[in-house]
Amino acid sequence: MQRRNMMKWLISLPPMLFLLVFFAAPSLIMIVTSFRYPGEFSGLAPLSASDIVSGAPSDLYGLTLETYQFFFSDTLYAEIFLKSFAVATASTLICLLLAYPLALLIARSDKRHRNLMILLVILPFASNFLIRIYAWMIILGPESALNHAVNSLLALMGLPPVMLLFSPFAVLVGMVYVHLPFMILPLYTNLEKHDPVLLDAAQDLGANRWQRFWRVTWPQSLPGVFSGTALVFIPVLGMFAVPDILGGTSDILIGNLIKDQFLGTRDWPFGSTLSIMLMLAVIVTAGLAAWLARPRAAASSTST
Amino acid sequence: MSLLELRNLTRRFDDFVAVDDISLTIVKGEFFTLLGPSGCGKTTLLRMIAGFDTPDSGQILLDGNDITQLAPEKRPIHTVFQSYALFPHMTVAQNIAFPLQMARVAPAEITGRVSRAIEEVRLSAFAQRYPHELSGGQKQRVALARGLINRPRLLLLDEPLGALDAKLREDLQRELINLQKEVGITFIFVTHSQDEALALSQRVAVMNKGRVEQLDEPSIIYSRPASRFVADFIGKINLLDAQVTQLTEASMKLQVASLGMITLPAIKGVAMGDRGVIAIRPEQISVRNTTEPLETIYSFAGKVLDFLYVGDVTTYVIELTNGARMEALLANATPGVARFFEVGDTVTVTWPEAAVQFMKD
Ligand SMILES: Nc1ncnc2c1ncn2[C@@H]1O[C@H](COP(=O)(O)OP(=O)(O)OP(=O)(O)O)[C@@H](O)[C@H]1O
Ligand SMILES: [Mg+2]
Repeated sequence: MQRRNMMKWLISLPPMLFLLVFFAAPSLIMIVTSFRYPGEFSGLAPLSASDIVSGAPSDLYGLTLETYQFFFSDTLYAEIFLKSFAVATASTLICLLLAYPLALLIARSDKRHRNLMILLVILPFASNFLIRIYAWMIILGPESALNHAVNSLLALMGLPPVMLLFSPFAVLVGMVYVHLPFMILPLYTNLEKHDPVLLDAAQDLGANRWQRFWRVTWPQSLPGVFSGTALVFIPVLGMFAVPDILGGTSDILIGNLIKDQFLGTRDWPFGSTLSIMLMLAVIVTAGLAAWLARPRAAASSTST
Repeated sequence: MSLLELRNLTRRFDDFVAVDDISLTIVKGEFFTLLGPSGCGKTTLLRMIAGFDTPDSGQILLDGNDITQLAPEKRPIHTVFQSYALFPHMTVAQNIAFPLQMARVAPAEITGRVSRAIEEVRLSAFAQRYPHELSGGQKQRVALARGLINRPRLLLLDEPLGALDAKLREDLQRELINLQKEVGITFIFVTHSQDEALALSQRVAVMNKGRVEQLDEPSIIYSRPASRFVADFIGKINLLDAQVTQLTEASMKLQVASLGMITLPAIKGVAMGDRGVIAIRPEQISVRNTTEPLETIYSFAGKVLDFLYVGDVTTYVIELTNGARMEALLANATPGVARFFEVGDTVTVTWPEAAVQFMKD
């Protein structure tokens, strides 16, 4: 008994150390950073006056709440947050709608073909992510067949032409494209485990196709839906490359904003503040989702 | 009175004939059993009745209506699956309510009917539990309640007791008989256990290689098997190869391998020279501790080769002087006595004439 406990500790020690070093510590550093002043050219201003090198009396040092005041003083940031959440929600829903039938199809096809199909789903990962996004730039670009087709169709209906690239639409397409496998895989893993005899039983007891799906398949697949949602929603929130490449100037999301603070404006404290606000928002959303999806034994569809 | 009629049902898988030209009629309210060895086509037949499979030829009639092509969800026939197939994400109560919801019964009525059904199968304390929180026997009862609640015309049970231990099986067999009498719903029960078939059913169809070999009441199946297969499959039996050597209107003489000549009353359809087997049940053989031949025609001297003590009875393997080996079953009715003979004892074996049956191949 004693030995076994010891083993447990020994086995879980490396991953715990890993999380401590690469997650908890950086998070702490980020939290502290968000309360400091930015340095003159980049980085951070010193913590105490004695560390000031240039000696100019105007130099800032120590801790401050300034970045938080700044965040809440301009509605622009709240707007970008809301827009990012809207894009993440839309991407997640579209991914779910596209991934579910495909995952179901793979899970219900012949066992011999399943692995091949899953391989095809993850095959795009073999080529570089940025290259795939640039490919979309060409697909959606003004000279592309798709753009021509869409615009001639619009012209037929007497509507003005549109630009597919550098639009919220292009951002959504890119987001869905990049994250689709992260929805398919957990759904497939879940659906593949369903016992097909349950569908026979439901049909035997009078359930038609729809009822079999909604009463048997869907409720059992919810854990897969939840993990897929988390795997798509959270990365989309932080994604900056897709809006950078496929979006217009007004299509920036939180990811771009944060990246800008570190690589553009060089305001590390504000970048940290934005990251913390994003993390808080994600935690609140996840908590809300968990609360909404909590098992309700008494309130479920039937009871005696 | 016929509820279900199967007419010349045949189902092939590629070249393999899983169900071969089966015709039978099931009467309303009866407990009917399909009995046969693994792979004889029981499940295939049941799946066609439930609607999950369509016959290559033949018809299925329910109350006189052809339902051969009707979708399973439209048939008033429910199934209890061997694996129970309870919905894992629903509680016991929700599982049992499912067929009523599918039939669009009013929610208020569902509540009442479900709680009554749960009481009937003695699961009131478990109504809010999920299937993984139940024992095998409890799951079995939920599956039964779920299959019966919407009062189907016919309940199909595919080896529903297969996964349970012997004691529980016996309890549930008794419950099943009582439940079936109570609800008055026709049961078609599938099993490969002959004990179960004989104990439960009003009629049994013994199947072999996709065909029905014999369809009768359990006592007749046991005492008058129609073929070598049925005789061999149902219970223990001594089978000895035999050939008809003399035939008159009243009697026939048989040359039995390693036993000699025996005489039996003549039976229909037997001709001179026919080959077959004679069958004698082990419990109809008596063994005596004497070397003197008795007066009956059927008395043979032999030696005890081996015995198998199983508590209530002991089976003795006896080699007759002419070389035939026979098994005899004696009840251990004397307290404290585990066996009456030892290996090597010389004994006399006898049986009444009526115990012997000839089946031609
Ligand atoms: N879908 C199928 N494809 C090919 N062969 C099948 C199929 N279903 C059943 N069979 C074959 O048909 C035969 C009868 O199968 P069935 O399942 O009806 O047997 P069973 O009597 O129910 O046996 P058991 O007691 O083992 O359940 C078997 O030999 C089986 O291999
Ligand atoms: Mg079977």
